[in-house]
Amino acid sequence: MTKKDFKRSDGRKFDEVRKMTAKVGVIPNADGSAMFSFGDTIAIAAVYGPKKMHPQHLQNPEKGVLRYTYHMMSFSVTERIRPGPNRRSMEISKISEWALEPVVMIDKYPGTVIDVHVNILQANASTRCAGINAAALAIAHAGVSMKDMVSSVSIGKLDKQLVVDVSKDEEDYEEGEGATDIPITFTDEGKITHIQVDGSIETEQLKEAIQLARKACKEIYEVQKKALKESLDINKNK
Amino acid sequence: METTKVTAERIKEYLESGKRFDGRKPDEFREISIETGVSKNAEGSVRVKIGKTDVIAGVKMEVSEPYPDSPDKGNLVVSAELLPMSSSRYEAGPPKIEAIELARVTDRIVRESKFIDMEELCITKGEKVWTVYIDIYSINADGNLLDAAGLAAIAALRIAKMPKYDKKEEKIIRGEFTDKNIPLKKETPISITIYKIGNSLIVDPNIEEEDVSEARITIGFCDGKISSMQKGDPKEISIEEMTSALDITKKLWKKIADKLEEELEKAK
Repeated sequence: MTKKDFKRSDGRKFDEVRKMTAKVGVIPNADGSAMFSFGDTIAIAAVYGPKKMHPQHLQNPEKGVLRYTYHMMSFSVTERIRPGPNRRSMEISKISEWALEPVVMIDKYPGTVIDVHVNILQANASTRCAGINAAALAIAHAGVSMKDMVSSVSIGKLDKQLVVDVSKDEEDYEEGEGATDIPITFTDEGKITHIQVDGSIETEQLKEAIQLARKACKEIYEVQKKALKESLDINKNK
Repeated sequence: METTKVTAERIKEYLESGKRFDGRKPDEFREISIETGVSKNAEGSVRVKIGKTDVIAGVKMEVSEPYPDSPDKGNLVVSAELLPMSSSRYEAGPPKIEAIELARVTDRIVRESKFIDMEELCITKGEKVWTVYIDIYSINADGNLLDAAGLAAIAALRIAKMPKYDKKEEKIIRGEFTDKNIPLKKETPISITIYKIGNSLIVDPNIEEEDVSEARITIGFCDGKISSMQKGDPKEISIEEMTSALDITKKLWKKIADKLEEELEKAK
């Protein structure tokens, strides 16, 4: 059902991720920070911690707490969003937290909280995935122990065609069966830490979508790894 | 982390002989840089850096009803968020007084200088006018957010393009902009904040200096005249100090205004 020669509105191949950029160390005040972009979707992440958890009753004596806040800047989309949290951003925050938690060794930091703040500066779909990619970089940059890296991508089903890294135009696709959005997060080892489906898709095709995401996440991982290495090189020159 | 007592004492000592930790003169700003078009979906967006202080401002426009007392004028709404991302001091949650004051001081710099021609933003008198939203976010807070926010708001307005508007359907065509700027006055307002530390007056404090400061005064200039002012923080200031604050800012505002023009020209 997936045509290899499918033409996308922005000219990409069906399995082509938009141009990615990643940079580590963008916010001097933070313990760790990073920027990650898929084309016109830009996410910035900052990590504060591990630090003592306040109020005390939220502390866990066995392990640290990972706390993720996803936020879209009011002008990041065409129609202004009212500043402040909303139901969508709160859910994405939780989902992203779960996407990262399996690789962050929070057992090593009892009684603490690791705050991850993600802001979407500019949005053209796949913002939660860009956010998770930036956040994973920022956590690594903060020197928090991690078992593995995570990488996130959205798979789209436009009518019957699968595509990798959905853009806004594609998200609004209305022909045939319309658009189905499937954001997926993988560890580098190949475990799924996050998956969502919005739309309609056959089981067999979803399996295919997962394989596509796995392949794309490997590419994303390389971009993340390069950004982290670059940040280390800069430190050496200091 | 708050500034320690030892550091505070040292900052005051240095300033008594007119010196600052980073070698600046009391009336000297850190390096200012302005990047434009940082968020494509905004009608105008900028990233302003003053030293390590980093803010992003965006302009969005909507069509709405005018206020009953100004049926032929557009509206202006300024908001500011001190993102927890930008400093360990800020926490998530509803805006605190610090952010509200930042937004309101910035609002008045724009509003009181009559920088935006509000009458030009009227579409149908009493029914439809443009509302200009300026939203400011701190990205890295290292002192003097007040001046960074003011500069960012003004710069974002300067480069913003009006959205396309379908008069028949009476709605905005989203994602498309005209090549028309927001109607603005020729003279661009500039605001400068003077901070009092011990017996000294300085501009553009970094976070440590700002912590030590006990009183501040933000002065908005437009075409050489003062159009807005706000004194903040609990300590009092003398008439002499007020006089020197006015003298310092009077000398400085043109420098900042020229820098703004230079950066906007570079960004073209």
